[in-house]
Amino acid sequence: MSPHAAASTNATVSAVRPAAAQAVDLSKVYGSGETQVVALDAVSVEFGRGRFTAIMGPSGSGKSTLMHCMAGLDSLSSGSARIGETELSTLSDKQLTKLRRDKVGFIFQAFNLLPTLTAYENITLPMDIAGRTPDRQWLEQVVGTVGLAGRLKHRPSELSGGQQQRVAVARALASRPEIIFADEPTGNLDSRSGAEVLGFLRESVRELGQTVVMVTHDPVAASYADRVVFLADGRIVDELHEPTADRVLDRMRRFDTAVRTS
Amino acid sequence: MLRTALRNVLAHKARLVMTALAVLLGVAFVAGTLVFGSTMGEAFKNQSAKNLKDVAVSVQQDYTSISDREDDEADDRKTTLDGALADRIAKVPGVASVRPMVSGNATIAKKGGGPVNGVDSWQNFAANYVPGKDGKDSRYPLKDGRGPAAADEIALDARTADEAGYRIGDTVRFATEGPTLTKKLVGTVTTEDPAVTAGGTLALFDTAAAQKLFLSPGYFDEIVVSAKLGTDQQALTAKVSDVLPKEGAKAVSGKQLADEQAEQIARDTSALTKTLLVFAGIALFVGVFIIANTFTMLIAQRSREIALIRAVGASRRQVVRSVLIEAGLLGLAASTVGFGLGLAIAAGMRPLLNASGAGLPDGPLVIGADAVLASLAVGVLVTVLAAWLPSRKAAKIAPVEALSSVDGTPAARSMVVRNVIGALLTAAGVTVMLYVTTLDGSEGLGPAMLGSALTLTGMIVLAPLLSRPLVSLAGQVTGRLFGVSGKLAKENALRNPRRTAATASALMIGLTLITALTVAGNSAQAGIDKMATEGLRADYKVAQTNNQLPDNAAPKLDKVPGVAAAAPIRTVGFTTTGGYHSMTGTDLDAFAKTIDLKFRSGSLADLGDGRIGVSRQTAEKQGWSTGDTVEFEFYDGKEKKRTFQIAGVYEGSDYAGEVLGTTEDVKPHAFNDSLDSVLVKADGGATAGLGQKLRDALGDSPLLTVQNHEQLKQESAGVINTILYLMYGLLGMAVVIAVLGVVNTLAMSVFERTREIGMLRAIGLDRTGVKQMVRLESVVISLFGAVLGIGVGIFLAWAGGSLTGSSFATYEMVLPWGRLGLFLLIALVVGVLAAIWPARRAARLNVLAAISAQ
Repeated sequence: MSPHAAASTNATVSAVRPAAAQAVDLSKVYGSGETQVVALDAVSVEFGRGRFTAIMGPSGSGKSTLMHCMAGLDSLSSGSARIGETELSTLSDKQLTKLRRDKVGFIFQAFNLLPTLTAYENITLPMDIAGRTPDRQWLEQVVGTVGLAGRLKHRPSELSGGQQQRVAVARALASRPEIIFADEPTGNLDSRSGAEVLGFLRESVRELGQTVVMVTHDPVAASYADRVVFLADGRIVDELHEPTADRVLDRMRRFDTAVRTS
Repeated sequence: MLRTALRNVLAHKARLVMTALAVLLGVAFVAGTLVFGSTMGEAFKNQSAKNLKDVAVSVQQDYTSISDREDDEADDRKTTLDGALADRIAKVPGVASVRPMVSGNATIAKKGGGPVNGVDSWQNFAANYVPGKDGKDSRYPLKDGRGPAAADEIALDARTADEAGYRIGDTVRFATEGPTLTKKLVGTVTTEDPAVTAGGTLALFDTAAAQKLFLSPGYFDEIVVSAKLGTDQQALTAKVSDVLPKEGAKAVSGKQLADEQAEQIARDTSALTKTLLVFAGIALFVGVFIIANTFTMLIAQRSREIALIRAVGASRRQVVRSVLIEAGLLGLAASTVGFGLGLAIAAGMRPLLNASGAGLPDGPLVIGADAVLASLAVGVLVTVLAAWLPSRKAAKIAPVEALSSVDGTPAARSMVVRNVIGALLTAAGVTVMLYVTTLDGSEGLGPAMLGSALTLTGMIVLAPLLSRPLVSLAGQVTGRLFGVSGKLAKENALRNPRRTAATASALMIGLTLITALTVAGNSAQAGIDKMATEGLRADYKVAQTNNQLPDNAAPKLDKVPGVAAAAPIRTVGFTTTGGYHSMTGTDLDAFAKTIDLKFRSGSLADLGDGRIGVSRQTAEKQGWSTGDTVEFEFYDGKEKKRTFQIAGVYEGSDYAGEVLGTTEDVKPHAFNDSLDSVLVKADGGATAGLGQKLRDALGDSPLLTVQNHEQLKQESAGVINTILYLMYGLLGMAVVIAVLGVVNTLAMSVFERTREIGMLRAIGLDRTGVKQMVRLESVVISLFGAVLGIGVGIFLAWAGGSLTGSSFATYEMVLPWGRLGLFLLIALVVGVLAAIWPARRAARLNVLAAISAQ
């Protein structure tokens, strides 16, 4: 056991600063009766402000569902989910949309960009939707950080997969959201491009003070995070601080055997 | 492959709905037209057979043999059919009875004045009442009173009597040729004669009275013979022929009459059917764009599936066949339903048309096998042909694409070839149309049709190229007005220029035709208005609906207190080098007071006996100028050839015509002494009551028309508008199908862009924004189609209109801005309406499901 690992099944570590997002007894149930599936079972977790958290777990563990619920993309069955001070469970669809627009940044595994818009237009899209003028200086800094300065006029079809994901990162950062959710952002990339994207995410946390929550099943990707939360069967089963790829892999293996022997 | 095709049709039911509807509506139009045509043909044939039921033989004047022995003493009020002949025919063995008939026209005045049907006086029929043994005429069943039996008695059809306000015992005022006559109403009859029920009138007289009115005492127009039971019609006709005079009369069997009528009916209905089929064809042509668009989109969506089939061993040909079979099945299903709808349309047409006074006969629906086959064949063929190009694209999908994991949009294929072809076609079309502007009259009709077709086709081919600048321009506006939704809408509309263009083209075709007709119609209307009153100083135009205003009308009108001048107008035809022309003769002094004729050279005062004026248009065409001597050949009169000196050239005027001369020069060459019209200038302008005084001066005949400026303008106003509305109705189907195309394209696009929409929703575009985006894309596409259509329509109307302009002095192109604006507005509304369903679907997409959709 690592000294950082908490013994409890739910992560209760409180950051010094207030959490950027928080779930309390969050449950998500699909279907009813015989076909009922519990995707999340009373999960309580905090995502610290200015921290890079990875959510890991085997397929069907509920890691994506947790992210969707926390990001206001999916409704909760019970419990509570907050972004900053905002309770998501009571918001209407319209309010959720506004929340996503103003407070959340997204990076998906694929199909992040509108093919009809240039890289620059894609980056400023959330602000265009909100009708806000982008902060030029900040935008330049973000674009510079992800190394896209020369490619802003290109359309997605003219960019490589790695470049497309970097545009997606820039878009998530551009509107300075309270929190960025990344769903397998390197799932479709080769390891070099993936490393680049993950590096930018980590930099955005360390240098720009961004909060990032990333769902992944890749121990190498998880090793870029400050903290890894492990899910299995809809529950948080463990967590690691300052992870390395080996330690994450090690922990994952133990889940596999635990699952097999249980 | 059949199974694959069937599965595909069933699997994409929802996506094929709009396409099926497009085929369905087109086929319904075709089927409705065919069934309505055969139903009406049959009904008319039955009706004419019913009318001829009792006619075994009809004895008629034979004009062909009369003209051979033409002499100046011939009196056209006498015929070769007289009472003695009727008696002779009645004695022919096998003849049951004879009915000697007199017919003519009589216009009935309303009780309060004015004619019952003053416009089409030829439709105001008159005949003799032939009482049978029971004292009644079985041909005209009495409704009230009795049949006319004395010289001063008249019977009317019940509807006319009602409309005119006459009751039995009243004195009916009417006119046959000119002066007002009066007779006492003794009865009303019913009639099913379609000519009467369709808006005409019927007056019946005692035979002697009718002969006095229309012929001479003792003479008839036709003798109808009915046969005894069991008599052979053919043999009887021969026997009747034997008792006829050698020349000037002929006997026709009832069967032959029925056949002739049936043939005429068949010609008329087939002409109507053909006209309607042209519009059905346009609707189907528009449908082609939608079908092609749908299959292109379906194949793009299925490309991986098709690649997989290819990878497991299907040949290209099999892929093509599968797509074509799919199209064929869709076409067959849609055509079957469409045929059903067509039957409903055909059944509904008669009551609809009769409600507006068409007077069509009743009869059962006639559904011929040819109508069924033609409708289904057209539907299936159009669908399969439209799917052919997309099927070629499907065949080009390489098996390896099944393995590729990247599903980026395929690289845009080059449109250079397409653009070159489009530019060539358009250039050819425009060139032909410009050439047309140098032609005149009917010789330009063929080139004008060719040029229009080329221009329209060229524009359809060029539409993808044009979509970029035009849609971008529209996008500037939507982007500014609606922010990011407007901008995304523009980008989406630009994304696939072929698709956008095909969708817009469907709308463009309908709007091009509608705009061209509207502009041409309005220009012609304005020209006619101008012609009716331009340069007209006279306050009234007096004429007679049968064009037989008596010669003495002008002096009579001149004597009415308050009349300053009355100019008689008569025209006569003549030929000279260059063909047929007409010459107007008048009293030049009075004419000068009633018409303001603008002379380019010479003046009205220079004209006189032997010295004529010609219109500028005629002078230019003939190469005549003032001072020339010209020779005209007239058709009638003693002195056939005459020479005139041209004393002046004037700007064309409807009243002065091509050539203007004196009454003395024109009258000897006219067929009769009657006038076309008299132009009346009043001292104090048109005043209340003066019109009636003019009527009274001429005996207040119901045939008279006395029109002031306003009425002259109105006379023609209705006709063109009625035709335009009819055209709108017929072209409406093409527009409706085009709208289905817009719905279809949007629905397909929304389906294709599911993940994009999901992503947009995730990063914060709300449902309203998504709806707005789809709606604006729809509006942009619709407006693009409308702008192209209106633009091309105006061009075609301009070029084609010059054909009219060359023979129609006051014609000039008038753009009806109000109506064109209305078309744009309609396109906008169409865009919004077409987007309702696709936009709702897009807005309702579940964000998570959409993001992870394949």
